[in-house]
Amino acid sequence: MRVPIEWLHEYCAPELTTQALAERLAMTGTEVERIEHHGVRALENFVVGKVLEAHRHPDADRLRVCLVDTGNGDEPSQIVCGAPNVAAGQTVAVAKPGSVMPDGTGLKVAKLRGQRSHGMILAEDELAIGTDHDGIIVLDDALVAGTPLAQVLPISTEVLTLEITPNRPDCLGVYGVARETHAATGAPLAPPPWRQDPGSGGDVAGASVTVECPDLCPRFTARAFEDVKLGESPTWLKARLMAAGQRPISNVVDITNYVMLLSGNPLHAFDLDRVAGGQLTVRRARDGEQLQTLDGQTRTLDSEMVLIADGDGPTSIAGVMGGARSEVSDDTTRVLMEAANWFGANIHRTSLKLGLRSEASTRYEKQLQPEQALDALVLATQLMIDVCGARLAPGTIDVGGPGPAPETIRLRDAKVTGLLGVQIPRSRSAEILTALEFGVADAPDGLDVTVPAFRRTDVSREADLIEEVSRLGALESLPATLPSRHGASGRLTGRQRLRRAASDALAAQGLHEIVGWSFESPDHAARLRIAQRPVVELQNPMSAEQARLRTTLLGSLLDVAQLNRHRGAQAVRLFEAGAVYLPPDAAVGHPPAEPYHVGAVVTGPVRPATWLDAEPRAADFFAAKGALAGLLDSLRVPWNVAEPGDPETFLHPGRSGQVVIGGAPAGWIGELHPEVAALWDFTEPVAGFELDLDLADGLVAAPRYADVTSFPEVREDLAVIVSDAVPADEVITVARRAAGPLLTRAEVFDVYRDPERIGAGNVSLALRLHFRAPDRTLTDEEVAGRRRRIAAALTKELSGRVRDS
Amino acid sequence: MTDTTDRIEQLRREASDAVAAAGSSAALEEVRIRYLGRKAELPNLLRGVAQLAPEQRAATGKAANQARQALEAAIEARGGELASAELHDRLAQDRIDVTLPADPLPAVGRLHLMTRTRREIEDVFIGLGFNVAEGPEIETVYYNFDALNFAPTHPSRLESDTFYLKPTDDLFAPDTQLLRVHTSPMQIRAMETQPPPIYIILPGRVYRPDSDATHTPQFHQIEGLAVDTDVTLADLKGTLLAFARAIFGSDRQVRLRPHFFPFTEPSVEVDVSCFNCDAGVLPDGSRCGLCKGSGWIEILGSGMVDPNVFAHVAQYGYDPEAVQGFAFGMGIERIAMLKHGVPDLRLFYDNDVRFLEQF
Repeated sequence: MRVPIEWLHEYCAPELTTQALAERLAMTGTEVERIEHHGVRALENFVVGKVLEAHRHPDADRLRVCLVDTGNGDEPSQIVCGAPNVAAGQTVAVAKPGSVMPDGTGLKVAKLRGQRSHGMILAEDELAIGTDHDGIIVLDDALVAGTPLAQVLPISTEVLTLEITPNRPDCLGVYGVARETHAATGAPLAPPPWRQDPGSGGDVAGASVTVECPDLCPRFTARAFEDVKLGESPTWLKARLMAAGQRPISNVVDITNYVMLLSGNPLHAFDLDRVAGGQLTVRRARDGEQLQTLDGQTRTLDSEMVLIADGDGPTSIAGVMGGARSEVSDDTTRVLMEAANWFGANIHRTSLKLGLRSEASTRYEKQLQPEQALDALVLATQLMIDVCGARLAPGTIDVGGPGPAPETIRLRDAKVTGLLGVQIPRSRSAEILTALEFGVADAPDGLDVTVPAFRRTDVSREADLIEEVSRLGALESLPATLPSRHGASGRLTGRQRLRRAASDALAAQGLHEIVGWSFESPDHAARLRIAQRPVVELQNPMSAEQARLRTTLLGSLLDVAQLNRHRGAQAVRLFEAGAVYLPPDAAVGHPPAEPYHVGAVVTGPVRPATWLDAEPRAADFFAAKGALAGLLDSLRVPWNVAEPGDPETFLHPGRSGQVVIGGAPAGWIGELHPEVAALWDFTEPVAGFELDLDLADGLVAAPRYADVTSFPEVREDLAVIVSDAVPADEVITVARRAAGPLLTRAEVFDVYRDPERIGAGNVSLALRLHFRAPDRTLTDEEVAGRRRRIAAALTKELSGRVRDS
Repeated sequence: MTDTTDRIEQLRREASDAVAAAGSSAALEEVRIRYLGRKAELPNLLRGVAQLAPEQRAATGKAANQARQALEAAIEARGGELASAELHDRLAQDRIDVTLPADPLPAVGRLHLMTRTRREIEDVFIGLGFNVAEGPEIETVYYNFDALNFAPTHPSRLESDTFYLKPTDDLFAPDTQLLRVHTSPMQIRAMETQPPPIYIILPGRVYRPDSDATHTPQFHQIEGLAVDTDVTLADLKGTLLAFARAIFGSDRQVRLRPHFFPFTEPSVEVDVSCFNCDAGVLPDGSRCGLCKGSGWIEILGSGMVDPNVFAHVAQYGYDPEAVQGFAFGMGIERIAMLKHGVPDLRLFYDNDVRFLEQF
C-alpha cells in the first residue's frame, strides 16, 4: 500500500520527518517497507514562468525557442521547447538548470540544434504527475512568474510503502492510515472526507438492484449520475494517483480508483445506458456460465461465484472484475456508480479458482465492512459532481444496509496487567482506545469498549483490545521478566541425546555432516534403481527435480559427494541425519511415516596422501564398516553386519550387507554398484551405509560396572581353516558359544588364503581370544580346556581345521 | 699352588683391561666369551677346584670365584655404559627433517552449521527450563492452518505458498496433507499430549515454495511455547532477551514491535540490537549493512497464544479463560546467517565441504 505523504497530510500531519513517522508507525504495528521519493527534487529550481516570446527554431521545425520570464527580477531565460502547444503569453511550469527530475537526472544548460536552453518548459509526465506528454502544462494566468511550482502543483512528495497486515483491512485506504497516524503520534485527525453527503435517500429512478444472495453480498449501494462529461482528471487528482502508483485513465475511472485508495473500498462505474433494463441482479452464477471480463478474457464461473447481471445477462464478476459490456467509454453520459460489500472468503475463493486477482479482489478478500461501501459512495458522489460536472440523480440504492450493531467488550484491568505483565492505568487504556475511535465507558472492573464498524472483524474479544493497548501503550516500556515456571524443568529425551551422540560420533571420525534436500527427482530413484518404491509425491512441486520426497538419504549424499568431487575434493566423507518419507502401506488418509535415518558415504583415499604415504588406501566396504562401528559402538548398542538377504539394488552384490541393531534389520551397508557410482561420476569404490536410528532408541541402558582390572586377562591365538562360505561372524559365534563366559572377547586378526597350502575355496582365520574370570586368575589348564572346546566346536559345527599354533 | 692363584690374578687383570678396552657391545661380548665362556680358562679353573688338594681348594676356589664375580660386575657396568653410548649414537644418527609436512591423524569432521546452531539454541532454552519435541513434517490443513486460527482467506494456504501432497483436490479440507510451512502445528500437537504447564521448544524442517538468497524451499525453524496460568508478554520479552544474549552476546537488547500472526494476540516481532555496529553506525562512520543503519535486526515472530488456539485444545486442559502463554518461532538458518555473516541461505544446502569446514 503506497501512501503519499502529501495526501496523508491532508488528514493527519504530525510534525515529524517522514523517517521518524515511519519509525513510529513501525513501532506501533504498521510496518513500513520503504520510503520513496516521488516526483522532482531541488524544488527551488521549479517555478511558474511566463512565455514572453516563442519563435520557430531556425534549424528544427518542431522546436520553439522561447523567452521565458521566471520572475524574481531575473533576466528572461531562453528555453527551447518541443511541445506543439507552446505559445507566447502562456503561464507555464519551468524547470531551471539544477533541477532534479523524477528519474534522478539533473538538468543543465543544454544546446539544442545550436540554440541554448536554460531549462525546460514542463509536460505532466516530466513531473510524474500524469502520463500526458503531448503538450506542456498551461497554468492559470493569475499566477505570478517565479512562484515556486510546488505551491501550485503536487510535484514532490515522499511515499510510504506500508505492509498492511491481514487483520487491518481498514488501513488499506489513506484515511485509515491517517487514523492510525493520529493514534500513533497524537497529531490531530481531520474529519473523514465522506462526512458531507450531497446525496439523498430513496429510490433511484431508472435504476434498481436486486440481491439474491445476501449471505455473499452484505451490502450493495449505488447512485446514478447524469450529464457526465467524460474526460481527463484535474492535475491534483492525477498527481495523487501517480504518487500512489495508479495510472490516470479518465475522470470517472480515476474517481473510482481515487476513492478506493482513500477509503479502502473498491467501486465500479457502470455506463447506465448499457445496463440493460436499468436493473442489476446480484446472484450466484450457474455452473458453467460464461462472461467476458474487462481484460478481454472469457471466464467460466461456477455456482459458488457471485456475478452481477443486467437484463441481457452477466456483466461483472462480483468483487473481482467488471465486464466489458457495461464499461464506461468516451461517449458515456450516464453513470451508475456502485460501491458494494462482499463476503471476503467467497471473493478469495473466486479469485483463486479463476486465477484472477485485482485491486478489488485483494481488498475484498480481507473482509471490508458494509459501512465502508456507503462512505466510498458518498466520497465518489462529491467527486463526480466536482470533477465531472455530473448531476446526481436523486435517491440511493442501498441493499443490505449497515452491518450489525457494534459490539461492546469488557476490558478488565486485571486481564490487561495479567496478560502483559505490566500495569497499564485504566485512563491510559481509555486514551489509547479513544484515539483509535473505540467507544469507551467506565465499568466496575475496567472499561466497556465499543468497537467501531471498520474494526469489526479484527476486534471481537478482550485479547484483541489488549493488543491495541499493548501496541500503543505498553510495548515500548515493557519489562523483561522470566516465567515463574511452576516446577517445569528442561532436558533432552533419551532419543534426542541418542541422535546428538550419533552425529557426534560420525563427525569425530572425520565425516562431515550435510543437510540435503527432503525432495528428490524421479530421475534420482531411477539412477538408484528404486523407481518401483512407493513415494510421497507433491501436488505442486517447484520443479520436477523436487517433485517427490526421498525414501533414502543416499541420493542427497551422492549429489553432495559429486559436487564436492567436481570442486576438487579427493577424499569425500559425508553423513546426514534426518527424516525419509515412506508412504503408508495401504489405506489412504494415514500419514506417511518419517523414520529418522543416519546415512554416510565415503570414497577416495581414507586419509590424505602425505610424503610418508603417497598412496593411501582407497575407502571401501571396510572403511564404511569402520565408520559404522565407530557410530554404533559409541552409542553402545548391540549390532552386527549380516549377509544381505535381499541386497539393495544400488549396491555391489558381493560387497554389501545388512546392518542389524539389537537383532533387528536396521539398514544397509556396502559399496555402491559400480554402474550406480558411475552415474554420479565416480570410478572408484563408493561405500556407505544407512540405518534407521530410531531402532537403537531404548537399547541403551546405563552400563553396569564389571571388574576388569583385578585379575589378568589371558590372550590366546587360534587359527582355523574353514570354507570361504563360512562368515567370520559365525566362527566367532561358535567359538563364543563353546567357550562360555570366560571368553570375554574374540576377534579375527588375520585372514589368509592359499589354495596350495590350505586348499582352494578355504580361508584361514586367525582369532585372538581373550579370557578372563571376574573372581580369580585363570590357570593355564582352564584356558587350555576352553581352547580345546573351541577347537572341537569349530571342527564339528563348521568343519574347520584348527591349525597348530 | 701359588701358580694357580697367580694365574687367576693375571686373568683377572687381563680381563679387566679387556673389558675397559672393549669399544662396543659386540667387543664386550667377545671379551665375556673369552674370559667367562664355556671354554674359557677361569670357569675351567673353577670347575677344576674339586680336583685340587684339599688344603688348596678353599683359597683357589675363593680367588677364582671372586675373580669371576668381579669380572661379571665389570662387564655389566661396561655393558651399561656402552649401551647408553651406542643408543646416544644411534639417536644422533636418527635425524629427521622437522620441517617436512606433518602426517596427521584423520581430521575430525564437522556438524553442519544448521545443526550446530540448532543445538546452541536448544541448549539455551533447555537451560531456561524448556523441553524439546519434534513432530511430523507432513502435516494436515487442520494442524498447519485451521487450529492455528488461520482465516480461510489467508494467502499462506495458496498453492503458491504451501506444498500439498498428491492427490489434493481441496486446499481447505482439514485432513488434506501438506508439508508444514512452519513448526507451529507442533504447538497444537504438544498441547494435545501434555496438559499445562508446558514449556517446550519444537525444532524441525519446514517448507515453502520459494527460492532466492534468503529463501530455500526447505529450511528449519524452532518454535517455542510456554503456557501456564500466569505467563505474560513481559515473560516473553525476558525469555527472548536471555536467548538473544546467549546467542548474540551479553550486551544485547531486544525490542518488541507489534505485528500480526493468526495464532497469537497480541503479536509482536522481536528485534535484537545490532551486534555489528553502534546504533546503525560502523566505527568508520559508515552505515551498518547488517542492520541497514537501524541498529536493530529482526530475529523472530512471537506473541501471546490466541484464545482461539486454546479453544482447539480446550479438552486437553487449555481453557482459554484459565491459561495463557506465549509462542515464538524463528528460522535456524537465519540466526546462523546473522551470527556468522553467511550471505546466502543456499550455501547451507550446497554442502560444499569447504563451506562446512568453516564452522
